[in-house]
Amino acid sequence: MNRSLVPVLGVLAVLLIAIAFVNPNFVDPPVFLAFLKRAAPLALLAAGQYFVIASGEFDLSVGSLITAEVVIAARLINGDADATWWVIVLLLVIGALTGLVNGTITTRFGVPSFIATLGMLLILEGAVFLWTDGAPRGALSDEFRMFGRNNVVGQIPWSVVILLLLGVGAVLLMRSDFGRTLMATGDNARAAALAGVRVSWVRTTAFILSGLSAAVAAVLLGGFGGVSAQVGRGMEFAAITAVVLGGVALGGGRGSVVGAMAGALTVESLFTLLNLLGVSGALEYAVQGLIIIAAVAFTSRRTDEHPRPGRGIRRGRAHHSVLK
Amino acid sequence: MTAIAARVRLPSGGGVHLALALVLVIGAVIVAVDGGNLLSQPSITGILHRSAALGIVAVGQTIVLLVGSLDLSVAYLISLCSLVAAETMAGQEGMVLPAVLAVLGVCVVVGLVNGLVVSLLRVNAFIATLGMALLLRGVIDDQYDGPAGQVAQGFQRIGYDRIGPIPVAALLMGAVALVAWFVLTRTKLGYRIYAVGGDVEVARLSGIRTAPVVVTAHVLCAVCAGVAGLFLASRLGAGTPTVGTDGGYDLESIAAAVLGGTALAGGKGGVVGTISGVLLLAVLDSVFNALEVDPFFKNVVRGTVIIVAVAVYAVRTRRPR
Repeated sequence: MNRSLVPVLGVLAVLLIAIAFVNPNFVDPPVFLAFLKRAAPLALLAAGQYFVIASGEFDLSVGSLITAEVVIAARLINGDADATWWVIVLLLVIGALTGLVNGTITTRFGVPSFIATLGMLLILEGAVFLWTDGAPRGALSDEFRMFGRNNVVGQIPWSVVILLLLGVGAVLLMRSDFGRTLMATGDNARAAALAGVRVSWVRTTAFILSGLSAAVAAVLLGGFGGVSAQVGRGMEFAAITAVVLGGVALGGGRGSVVGAMAGALTVESLFTLLNLLGVSGALEYAVQGLIIIAAVAFTSRRTDEHPRPGRGIRRGRAHHSVLK
Repeated sequence: MTAIAARVRLPSGGGVHLALALVLVIGAVIVAVDGGNLLSQPSITGILHRSAALGIVAVGQTIVLLVGSLDLSVAYLISLCSLVAAETMAGQEGMVLPAVLAVLGVCVVVGLVNGLVVSLLRVNAFIATLGMALLLRGVIDDQYDGPAGQVAQGFQRIGYDRIGPIPVAALLMGAVALVAWFVLTRTKLGYRIYAVGGDVEVARLSGIRTAPVVVTAHVLCAVCAGVAGLFLASRLGAGTPTVGTDGGYDLESIAAAVLGGTALAGGKGGVVGTISGVLLLAVLDSVFNALEVDPFFKNVVRGTVIIVAVAVYAVRTRRPR
């Protein structure tokens, strides 16, 4: 097993055991599946963000992309069941297009992805409310909400099935040629380019995958929570946090997609545990902040003890390699 | 060394001044066609007022960006500082100085923690300051339900008074920028900040102890956020838990600095460009306000301007190779 997975799986196991200890019902299949259902959108988003981060970039636009997608879906479907399917296809197309634009601006024009996707965040937020005059309108159909809300068979929710299928897909993708070139690009873009990797295209594809993951997360979140102008707020930071907790280095070339998704489950189980312990909703953020800093401090110390060949022992990955 | 210093001193985002001039001229023409006057005295005062808070934060953000770090906690820190200031003052003139000192104390602690976590614990600055943002958010949400405290009457003059056409707020922004400019270009600390941001390993091998430089930069950035918090408290008359996040000061300050030619990777740029970047955004806002454009459209244009401007810089710097 990948060594970078050890810390996150350890933390996740401790948290899950702690939850089960506080609330023994947690191990009942329906309760545990409900937990996975809640975690599915963030886990998918973390997988998408993983591709971008592993390639050495950032995607800050996914939060407002989710909001935009949900608001667009509600306005276009407007309660009409027949519109469900083409709207879902349209959402996926919009997600992919957003990723394509992010990737093109970053790779062709040399704009740092932090700025390119920050600009995209502002544009999407402005555009979607411009279109709806400031407040979400319309309604989602039951067929649309089925994916985020209902079960496929028995007690197994749609969102868990989707998470499993896409998760397996992501793992297989990382084992394919694309995955290898993605890691090579994130590790050392110049070396990868000299070895014949089409770096621009690899990075753009990573942004497209991230946009698609935001579209799927939007379908699940819209179904689960309904239409609101707040639905995606802060999701970009939650996804990046999850990815980093999962042992993936900002700056690229390290970590695994399983780790990123495990990181998302860790964030979600942290919420669940804090809730069970009755930590007030407000202080929850403070505890979350502390734990995230501590966890990353712990992982970055661990990885520093085993410098990778060719990188120089004290090459400052800590605060320096972030935003190139 | 002097050659390097001389090169460093040049504002690398020279284009932003040109862009600012262009936007000002084009904006003035468009507003004039619409029957308004962008260059009227109230309008210019408005532009300066609008840019003060973001300008002060962005100057601090520029310092941490130059050292190769960044600070995502400034928005919540601003809110917290406005609350601390207003609660300490509680409307009494005599408590202004203690309030200012309390705010600076909070900022120094937050900056120290940010800097130490980044430099000694070697946590990625993005995560470290995002964690700090969550921490501050937790404290604010737990302690305050809404606006609290009241600033002293005399203190409100910082937010509203002006000397001739120039608001005191703009003078405050100018003073902060001037101090930062002096520190960055005329002191040992400034050269070290550029050196560490340019290449931390080279700086270390040249005998610079890099950790204190990074920590100092974070403290300076936090203090700037505190000054912005004080200004916003004086403007609103009370402390407000959402004043920092509503202004989007975390990401917008980074955008303004980069718009002004400061490199995200560190080591390149300066506060002069940043102030032009902030003024550019404020002029755009004023043009849209004068034309009574849908406020949501503003975000679309802001995002586009930021992307296009940075793309132009990037393409221009790449060409000579």
